[in-house]
Amino acid sequence: MSRIEMGNDDQRSAIRRTVWRSVAALVGMFAFAFALVPLYDVFCEVTGINGKVETSAQALVNEEIDDSRYVTVQFITRNGSGLPWRMDVETRQIRVHPGQSAEVNFTFNNQSDGVSWGRAVPSVSPSSATRHLRKVSCFCFDEQRLEAGERLELPLVFQLARDLPEEVNSVTLVYTLYPVETRKAQLQAGAKVLEGDEV
Amino acid sequence: MAPKVPPQPSLEQSSTATAAGHGLAHAAPPKGILRWLLTTNHKEIGSLYLIFSLIMFFIGGIFALVVRAELYQPGMQLIQPEFFNQMTTMHGLIMVFAAVMPAFTGLANWMIPLQIGAPDMALPRLNNFSFWLLPVAFILLLSTLFMPGGGPNFGWTFYAPLSTTYAPPSTTIFILSLHIAGISSILGAINIIATILNMRAPGMRMMDMPLFVWTWLITSFLLIAVMPVLAGVITMMLMDINFGTSFFDAAGGGDPVLFQHLFWFFGHPEVYIMILPAFGIVSAIIPTFARKPLFGYASMVYATASIAILSFLVWAHHMFVVGLPLAATLFFMYTTMLIAVPTGVKVFNWITTLFRGSISFEPPMLFALAFVVLFTIGGFSGLMLAIAPADFQYHDTYFVVAHFHYVLVPGAVFAIMAGVYYWLPKWTGHYPHERLAQWHFWLSVIGVNLTFFPMHFSGLAGMPRRIPDYALQFADFNLVSSLGAFLFGFSQLLFVAVVILCVRGGRKAPAQAWDYAEDLEWTVPSPAPLHTFETPPTYQRPAH
Ligand code: HEM
Ligand SMILES: [Cu+2]
Repeated sequence: MSRIEMGNDDQRSAIRRTVWRSVAALVGMFAFAFALVPLYDVFCEVTGINGKVETSAQALVNEEIDDSRYVTVQFITRNGSGLPWRMDVETRQIRVHPGQSAEVNFTFNNQSDGVSWGRAVPSVSPSSATRHLRKVSCFCFDEQRLEAGERLELPLVFQLARDLPEEVNSVTLVYTLYPVETRKAQLQAGAKVLEGDEV
Repeated sequence: MAPKVPPQPSLEQSSTATAAGHGLAHAAPPKGILRWLLTTNHKEIGSLYLIFSLIMFFIGGIFALVVRAELYQPGMQLIQPEFFNQMTTMHGLIMVFAAVMPAFTGLANWMIPLQIGAPDMALPRLNNFSFWLLPVAFILLLSTLFMPGGGPNFGWTFYAPLSTTYAPPSTTIFILSLHIAGISSILGAINIIATILNMRAPGMRMMDMPLFVWTWLITSFLLIAVMPVLAGVITMMLMDINFGTSFFDAAGGGDPVLFQHLFWFFGHPEVYIMILPAFGIVSAIIPTFARKPLFGYASMVYATASIAILSFLVWAHHMFVVGLPLAATLFFMYTTMLIAVPTGVKVFNWITTLFRGSISFEPPMLFALAFVVLFTIGGFSGLMLAIAPADFQYHDTYFVVAHFHYVLVPGAVFAIMAGVYYWLPKWTGHYPHERLAQWHFWLSVIGVNLTFFPMHFSGLAGMPRRIPDYALQFADFNLVSSLGAFLFGFSQLLFVAVVILCVRGGRKAPAQAWDYAEDLEWTVPSPAPLHTFETPPTYQRPAH
């Protein structure tokens, strides 16, 4: 017989109360960990940190071009693992005035002999520039499908808003290519499908 | 510094006089292995935890020595890099989750009921269950080393996607074992909270509780707050690996940096889980051997609570280099430095307690004093790391390794050993062998400093951590570290010898084994009979 069974009733119910409160706190913290996942995304979106840019097209804002300064915009393309594609950009860097809109072409080339799906995931640095980079059109809003050996050229149209912080004079845009494994994944992500041969 | 002979009791409190209460009320316990499998007695469970922890300390230690043997010279000589990674990872995981944490839980099981005048833990059967989960968890974890692809190789911090996309197949087992260990410590924490809040001797207020009890109460709250977050993170990993989600996979809209935020939201409080009970132990030992009451009891309680609260606000100091925005960098830099304030209060209080005390240097005191000095060195290197612009340079170098080993080895581990030497007379009825214990102490102090002090220099010079080979210029520092590591490792055999000798015999200890010790555990006979405080004692507040 354990000691607790000999303890008095008051003590036993007090212990029971403590235990249930602790269990409630536990469940709450476990749920909190999962709640942090969407909260983190919201936080990053609101503050623009993490270099996560808008995942849908934004309108061009008509504003006067600020020709008092130039900003260098650099493009980096990388292949994530597992996708036999090559991604290139026509120019590694351009110089734009805030307010001015610019277009840059990217090429995608499926080097395998099978059809596959991929998606380019963008990231902006420094993060303080993220919210001032407006993408009017970008291949990164969609998934791409490439037939064996197919080549596809897609444009990025963007604008750096005039309120880009004073101290930012160069912005880097990185695109990393990732495979999209099944149709299911696209439906899950809720993304529009852009087929290579439709463009 | 000749050690004084521990004081002889003034009262007739011989260890055999009162085995009271050990009679009729209790059915004879089952014999042999079943007795240990089924025990619900807090003292027996406490011993099980401590023995388990000691075994794991040696297994984790062997892994560390494999690492240090490979790093003894530049170049690859003994093991493959893949295996090296498994050794660093397993060493960290075993030491954190299987050695340090269970050791503190073991001490809590043994001492909390004795210190608050309770007959046992509040939930004895749950207590048995939480212990037996541990061997299951760590046998599983160790078994991954023999699986195809090897065991975990991504560091004890298991950053995704290293631990998801690029992980060995055994990672699912690793996740399972961590879940089991996590459940064990959560159940332990609930039990400790329920015991402390509800089972104190009549008359004992919260502010009368010994600091070991206080620090464990606060540690239990930390455990309840962050172990579920750890469980959440590893569940997400499990889903990313096996069910095609992408919590941490950028390809599917997830984010690897989110992993780090979640991990360190658990991880930083976790490092305090490993040090707060140590503060409690040292706060019991120093007054006893300085023969003065602890200076600033209330401020100790408040400092512990502030450290615990602040520990939720500093996690991103582990992530300065992921590219945090400036405001966040500053926030985490200043909150981290703020933690040094309550920590400084504690160190101040210990030193003030020592000031003008009549100090004697019995083994527990030696370890406690070394704790104060060496833990403080670890705190200082922590402050250096807290300076974000400097951390860009120090991050992921051996400087970080030096920092956390100073707070964990001569910090947490020395405090555990101090506690063991302090309470061994209560557990076994004998004093530990003084000479051997002194040898153990001095070899450990020398070994620990030889091992970890040079790491400050190799780190500042740029040697990266978790790499099996290094540039020639780091050779001398690494040679010293490796020699120190083997010295430290082998001197722990002396500790085992002292403990075994002490269980078997030695000079008899009275109930009041150390003359200035004040807490309730010293009112029960030595060795403490299986059942104590069946009728609650009336708590007498000390006169001072
Ligand atoms: C004054 C108090 C402390 C300060 C200011 C501090 C600060 C820091 C900082 C800034 C880092 C990150 C370094 C980096 O990765 O670049 C760090 C790492 C670490 N600290 Fe502390 N720390 C303190 C106390 C402690 C204590 C008490 C413990 C444990 C008992 C601890 C355990 C660790 C561990 C384990 C790591 C490394 C984790 C890893 O990357 O593997 N620290 N500390
Ligand atoms: Cu930390």
